[in-house]
Amino acid sequence: MHKSKSISSKENRIDSKFNELKSKNQKALICYVVAGYPDIKTSENIIASLINGGADIIEIGIPFSDPIADGPTIQDAIQSSLISGTTPYMCLELASRIRKTFPNTPLIIMTYSNILYRKGYFQFAEKAKESGIDGFIIPDIPVEESKEYLNTMQNIGMSTIFLVSPNTSEKRLKRISRICTGFLYAISVYGTTGERKGFDEYTIESIKRVKNVIADKIPLAVGFGISNSQHIKYMIDAGADAVIIGSAIVKKIKEIETNELLYNSLNRFIGELKSSCK
Amino acid sequence: MKKYKFPFNGKFGNFGGKYIPETLVPAIEELEESYKKFRKDLDFQKELKDYLENYAGRPTPIYLAKNLTKYAGGAKIYLKREDLLHGGAHKTNNTLGQCLLAKKMGKKRIIAETGAGQHGVGTALASAVLGLECEIYMGLKDTERQKLNVFRMKLLGSKVHSVKSGTQTLKDAINEALRDWITNVENTYYVIGSVVGPHPYPMMVRDFQSIIGKEIKKQIRKITGTLPNAIVACVGGGSNAIGSFYPFIDDQEVSLYGIEAEGSGIKTGKHSATLSAGSTGILHGMQTYLLQDEMGQITPTHSISAGLDYPGVGPEHSFLKEIKRVHYKLCTDDDAIKAFMILSEKEGIIPALESAHAISYGIKLAKKMKKSETIVITLSGRGDKDVEVVQNYLNGIRD
Repeated sequence: MHKSKSISSKENRIDSKFNELKSKNQKALICYVVAGYPDIKTSENIIASLINGGADIIEIGIPFSDPIADGPTIQDAIQSSLISGTTPYMCLELASRIRKTFPNTPLIIMTYSNILYRKGYFQFAEKAKESGIDGFIIPDIPVEESKEYLNTMQNIGMSTIFLVSPNTSEKRLKRISRICTGFLYAISVYGTTGERKGFDEYTIESIKRVKNVIADKIPLAVGFGISNSQHIKYMIDAGADAVIIGSAIVKKIKEIETNELLYNSLNRFIGELKSSCK
Repeated sequence: MKKYKFPFNGKFGNFGGKYIPETLVPAIEELEESYKKFRKDLDFQKELKDYLENYAGRPTPIYLAKNLTKYAGGAKIYLKREDLLHGGAHKTNNTLGQCLLAKKMGKKRIIAETGAGQHGVGTALASAVLGLECEIYMGLKDTERQKLNVFRMKLLGSKVHSVKSGTQTLKDAINEALRDWITNVENTYYVIGSVVGPHPYPMMVRDFQSIIGKEIKKQIRKITGTLPNAIVACVGGGSNAIGSFYPFIDDQEVSLYGIEAEGSGIKTGKHSATLSAGSTGILHGMQTYLLQDEMGQITPTHSISAGLDYPGVGPEHSFLKEIKRVHYKLCTDDDAIKAFMILSEKEGIIPALESAHAISYGIKLAKKMKKSETIVITLSGRGDKDVEVVQNYLNGIRD
């Protein structure tokens, strides 16, 4: 326990990042990758290209066999990663290599509850902390089931990022924003992850509503279906402090066959998106 | 003895709960409220009773299987004939209940998952009679081994989506139905087919299925003047088993046996024996026993019976195993086929392959019991859907 306390007293990279961006009057670009897709080594290079291209925060997706919150693009990548033999601990090792190269970039794990539960919340979170992870996003742990998870993460000094949806009531929003640390993840739409042609008016209304409730207590990130600069501007205008890009990146990884072309393309793509966050 | 009263706060001991994405929380809360209201509503109960009796054919008979009893040579074997319920299986008890609830809640669109197709058929017919739009998710592998049920669902006016993700069986059909629900949460009601999923589903489905056990109690008392010595039912998700057991949980003198699918054998790894060979975890919104690897990935399952081919189990079964109220036992593919043949030949009843697992264990159990004792086996469904699978199996073709 002594050890974890000394780690938690260190400055939190997620908070520092948002403070830094705020002082520069920028919004955060958060990029999601499926670890081990197409393989662990390529994942490492992909993450490096994303960070070099301008990604502020990286979400490392640990593949789970039954990803109910994910749409077809990410599902396929997860399945392919699992088939190639990716394990949760391999993903944490990947994180620790990234950490060495990029000491200040916040790294967050996104996965499902059973991956943590199986090893034990404490054991898994502590190992993640040692690997340089700063927080967790677990879409199937709602507030109601979060007690043990929250206690563990708080003891270790991990941020716990919760999701809110367009149909989350104001009462719940307040409750969630009180226990959420790092940033609040607002889901843009009714649905799973994946690219969309456009967004309905309700998305904007929902972001405005959430922003209104949480004010500046915690940064607001918007994700699901965001794939271009226009979407990003739309979300920022509505009040987002950060945008999350996931499926659009996974799709590029799927489509571009040569690694060198892929890294260059991702680097350019992220550079373009980041310029919309300034 | 303290009276059994679970779930408490949505949990059966440590099992159950609601591990769901935020988007589903308002829908689950709405369902919980509505169910709380309608379960006590006399008009709702009256309407459901009318459908169950006059549309679906309840009460189902309890039948003393004399030939099977003679064959086993021990306890008297009674069969609770859920195979005679409209739709061909116990599933209709739950689908009529949930679809009627959905209608009262003002939902127009129904979705459901199905493994063997029985729950799909049950949901399709309940949607048809109640005038609801219905879409069914079914694993590609299951649509192939249960072609007739796919056609039946279509005849009943439902749309069937074959699910190509993951292992292409029941678990993936549930994933896909959950994704649909997340996307269309505002107008859609998800009819879960077993005592699985987030609270309140395990409780609600149990309540709707408990009519099986209530009738067993009444019928067997009328015949023998007392309670049965044992009740046997198969367990996939576990709805016909809970439905049979629940009214007897406080009757300690009644032994309860849940039979899981051992497939090709536990040692081969090709089975669906979640409680016997699994470990606790979180899947499909519930904490329960699962078949999973060391890393928490859900592992592929196998059973000759599509309805038992599921890597999880209802959280209440996990709890009943833990408090040792129910004995969970095994039956292999081979033994299920044998029981399928025996019941067909001895009694002129072709059982569903799921139910054949219970028949198989029931025969073994009866053999060890006294002739003065009685045992009730829940015959959860009829086997017309399975004749092709059995024919292939006997010809040496296995999937």
